[in-house]
Amino acid sequence: MANVNIKINGMPLSVPQGSTILEAARIAGIRIPTLCYLKDINEIGACRICLVEVKGARGPVAACVYPVNEGMEVFTNTPKIQKNRKTELELILSNHRRECLSCVRSGDCELQALCREYGVEDETRFAGANPVEDIDDTSPHMIRDNSKCILCRRCVAVCRQYQDCGVIGPNERGFATHIGCAFDQGLGEVACVSCGQCINVCLVGALYEKDGTAKVWEALADPTKHVVVQTAPAVRAALGEAFGMPIGTDVEGKMVASLRRLGFDKVFDTNFSADLTIMEEATELLERVKNGGTLPLITSCSPGWIKYCEHYYPEMIPNLSSCKSPQQMFGAITKTWYAKKNEIDPKNIFSVSVMPCTAKKFENTRDDQSAAGIPDVDVTITTRELAAMIKRAGLDFVNLPDEQFDNPLGEGTGAAVIFGATGGVMEAALRTAVEWITGEAGGPIEFNDVRGTEGIKEAAYTVGGLTVNVAVASGLANVRKVIEMIKSGEKNYQFVEFMACPGGCVNGGGQPHQPGEVHNTVDIRGERAKVLYSNDAARELRRSHENPVVKAIYDEYLEKPGSHLAHEILHTSYVARKKY
Amino acid sequence: MANTISAVPFQGTPEQEKQLRDKIAELKNEGGALMPVMQYAQEIYGYLPIEVQKIIAEGMDVPMEEVYGVATFYAQFNLNPKGKYKIQTCLGTACYVKGSGDLHARLEKELGIKSGECTPDLKFSLDGCRCIGACGLAPVIMINSDVYGRLVPDDIPGILAKYED
Repeated sequence: MANVNIKINGMPLSVPQGSTILEAARIAGIRIPTLCYLKDINEIGACRICLVEVKGARGPVAACVYPVNEGMEVFTNTPKIQKNRKTELELILSNHRRECLSCVRSGDCELQALCREYGVEDETRFAGANPVEDIDDTSPHMIRDNSKCILCRRCVAVCRQYQDCGVIGPNERGFATHIGCAFDQGLGEVACVSCGQCINVCLVGALYEKDGTAKVWEALADPTKHVVVQTAPAVRAALGEAFGMPIGTDVEGKMVASLRRLGFDKVFDTNFSADLTIMEEATELLERVKNGGTLPLITSCSPGWIKYCEHYYPEMIPNLSSCKSPQQMFGAITKTWYAKKNEIDPKNIFSVSVMPCTAKKFENTRDDQSAAGIPDVDVTITTRELAAMIKRAGLDFVNLPDEQFDNPLGEGTGAAVIFGATGGVMEAALRTAVEWITGEAGGPIEFNDVRGTEGIKEAAYTVGGLTVNVAVASGLANVRKVIEMIKSGEKNYQFVEFMACPGGCVNGGGQPHQPGEVHNTVDIRGERAKVLYSNDAARELRRSHENPVVKAIYDEYLEKPGSHLAHEILHTSYVARKKY
Repeated sequence: MANTISAVPFQGTPEQEKQLRDKIAELKNEGGALMPVMQYAQEIYGYLPIEVQKIIAEGMDVPMEEVYGVATFYAQFNLNPKGKYKIQTCLGTACYVKGSGDLHARLEKELGIKSGECTPDLKFSLDGCRCIGACGLAPVIMINSDVYGRLVPDDIPGILAKYED
C-alpha cells in the first residue's frame, strides 16, 4: 500500500496510507494514551483520551480512529491536549468509585496510571454521581462492580466478538448507562461461559475473579490438612509477568520454589494429569473410530468451551469426550490413588489448583466431579491470585532458585506442557495415537500444522491406512464457525480440539493483566506459547504414554486406559443448559 | 441490581408469535432491521417482555442483550404492558418544581411498582411524562384521561381508591 507524508509534532514521517494517527505515532515512537481502544474489536473512539490536534481541523480528533492523509500535521502533546486529557480523566473519575487503596487493581490499573501521568491532583474535582458499590456476584467465578466501571466497553467487545456470547452490553442511556446482562439479570443467570476474557481486558477494578486465596491461606495454616497444589501448563508461561519479567519468560522452577515456600505440602503438576488425559482421550478416540461411535470426538479440557457447548450447542454434547479435564483428573487421582498409597484420609487432603482460567472455578463446582465422594479439587486460584499470594508472603520471586516438582504427581512429559497453547492437546493426542495405531515406537513428535495462534487450523494425517481429519479452534467465535461447518456436513472431522480462549490457556481469563497498549502491539498469546513449546522441546520424555507415573497408576490401580475404574474416576458427564 | 423482567404473566398467543416470526423472516437480511422488528413486535404485543425479546434475538441471530440494550436506550420501547388505568405523572418543569417527584414516589410506593412498570393484575401502570400543558394546576397526574391537579402526596391513596373496579 502507498505511503503518505505527514508530520507529527513537527517531525516528518512517511506512513502507510490508511493508518490511524495512533498507529502512525507509534511508528514515530510516540505513545498516545488509550483507554477504550482494542485493536480490531473495539475501535469506537468513545473514551476521548487519545484526542490530538490536527492542523486545520475544527477541533481535536480521536487518534485511535482518525486516518492519516497526505500533508497532515498532527500535534500529540500540546499544552491544550495535555489539559484536555487531564480534564477528561477528572470527568471519568467523577463517576468512578475511587477506592484505590483497597481496590483489587491498585498498582495495576490503567486509569490510575494515566491519572499519575497527566498530573491529576484532585480526584474529586467534579462531584459526579458518587456511585455506591454495585456488586453482581451471581456467577461462580467472578464479580462485576459497576461502580468502578468507566464504560469503555472492552469487556463487551471481547464477549461478543472473541467469544460469540454477547451476554453483557450497554443498557439504558445517558447517566443511567451501565454494562449489564439482558433484563439486568446476574451473570450467573445468563449464558455466560465463565471464560474471564472480560476480566483480562478490564482496565479498572470493575471485573475480577472471586477470591480463592483466603481458603488457601486457611488450609496452609491448618496442621491437620495435607495441602497439595497443581499448576496448569500455562501458568509457568505468564506468572513472571506479574513480577515485571518479560512476556514469554518460563518461570517453572521459580514457580515451584515459591509454592514450596508458601507452605504447600506437595507441589505437583497438572502436566501429570494432562498425560493421563491423553491416555484416556486417545483411547476414547480409537474406540469411537473402530466402533462407529459419535464423531468427531471433541476435547473436553476447556471448561469455558464445555459450558458454551451446553448452553449454545447442547446437540453436540454426544461429541464431547467424557474425559474430565486435567485439573479434575489430577484432583481425582490425588484423593484416590495418592491418598491410598500414602495412607492419608482423602478428607484431610486439601487440593488446590493454580489455573490460567476463571472457568476452572466453575468447573470444580460441577456435578460428577468427585471421584472420592468429595470434591476432586477444593479451590482453584488464578495465576493472578497466585502472584498476589507470593507478593503477600514477601517472596523475592525473580531471585528465587529454580526448583523441581515433587514426586510422584509432579511428573509430566513435553506432550502435557503444550496443552496450554491452542493445538497442544491435539498434538499431544496425535503423538500417542500414532504410536498406538502403528504399534511402533519413535513416531513423529512435532505436528506443525496444528501449531500457531491462528483461530482455526486443520490437518489430515494418514496412519496405518487410517486417515484422521482434525481441526483445532480457539476463541468461541472460531469454535462456532467450526461447529457450523460440522453440522452442515461441509466438514468431516474425526477429532477436534476446542479451547474457549483465543490462543488457548496461555491467554486464559486468569492470566496476569497486560494493559490495552500491550494487547494492541504485542502477540501476547504467541510469546507465551513459545515458552511451552521450548519447555516441551527441552524434555527427554515427550509422549504422554511414556510418563512413568502414568504407567505405574495403570499397572497398580486403573488397569488400563478406558477401564471400568478409569471411567468411574476420570470421566464425567454433561448437561444441556438454556441459552436464555 | 434487581432484574427488570416484568412481573406481569406473559399472555402472547401462537398467532402473535407467527406474525412476529414472519416479519423477522422478511426483514432479517436487511441491514439495520433490528429496530423495525422491535417496533413491529411492540405493535403486536404492546410491550417487549423477555419472551418476545427472546424470539427476536433467536430470529435475528443476535444476543438478547443487544436487543435489550436497544430496548432500554430508546424511550419508545416498553418492558412492561400498560394497565387498565394508565397513570402518568407530569415531570415537566412546572410540575417538577411544585413537587411532582414526590407524587411519583408515592405512587410507586402505593402501587408497589417502579416507574415504567405495571401491577401484576394489569390494573395500574405508572410512567413519568413530559409537560401536559396544565401548568396552572401543577403538580398534575393523569389517569387515563382524568386530570388531577394541585396535589400533595397524601392525596394519592384517595385518588387510587376511585379506581377500585
